[in-house]
Amino acid sequence: MAAGLDELLNVQASALQVREARQGLLASNLANADTPNYKARDINFSATLQKVAQARQGPNAPLPLTTTSPAHQIGKNAGADLISGSTQYRNDEQGSIDGNNVDVDYERGQLGDNSAHYEATVTLITAQIHNMLAVIQS
Amino acid sequence: MSLFDVFNVAGSAMAAQSKRLNVVASNLANADSVTSSDGQPYKAKQVVFTAVQMGSDSSTGVKVSAVVDDPGPPQLVYKPNHPLADANGYVAMPNVNVVDEMVNMISATRAYQSNVDVANNAKTMLAKALTIGQ
Repeated sequence: MAAGLDELLNVQASALQVREARQGLLASNLANADTPNYKARDINFSATLQKVAQARQGPNAPLPLTTTSPAHQIGKNAGADLISGSTQYRNDEQGSIDGNNVDVDYERGQLGDNSAHYEATVTLITAQIHNMLAVIQS
Repeated sequence: MSLFDVFNVAGSAMAAQSKRLNVVASNLANADSVTSSDGQPYKAKQVVFTAVQMGSDSSTGVKVSAVVDDPGPPQLVYKPNHPLADANGYVAMPNVNVVDEMVNMISATRAYQSNVDVANNAKTMLAKALTIGQ
């Protein structure tokens, strides 16, 4: 169980981040459905979410950086690097002679799946916030 | 990577596909253009798509890097009465393959539509994200 209020939504926030990144990858695949030599890319959602969620909590979680001058740089979001590091190329299902391996039907299916999951996560976050409010106000 | 990048990616693809559609329109319009400004029959044009990095490294858009002339030879049609016929009675017609162009047109239209869909999808997701906590 999460320790503090701020950690309650950790997993969901990470999930949204990974879903967003995946949506971008799927959009890139569809955009390049006719580009010669383009190889479709994707991420393994559950494995990446596990990595990102772990990076956000526990002893290795990044501490918030205090900035006292406009020249100070704000720490980069740890999740972004993890996500771009776990991008993988899709296996050829039906290769074509121009070297492109985007399967438009599959990508569109995955796109629908991803956005449905994203919206489900958002609904879940809202429900969880309502739960927290109910506890606070009761 | 943010969801806003999806708009850039889908937008770049829509722009590229509409350029492709433009080229198809030119080819079909000039399928019978026997001469052009250089005196030669019209040459079919094709677009070259290239993937381009946009914003973060996970978003890859597409652009038309070049519009090239189809290197195929002109179609020789036997029309001895044509003012541009050569000594043997053949007229060099453009190397536009109308069937190919129609297929190209359908393909470009469908690709455009699926990118519109992608952008709409991202819009719905963003609108949903705005309801967090409501």
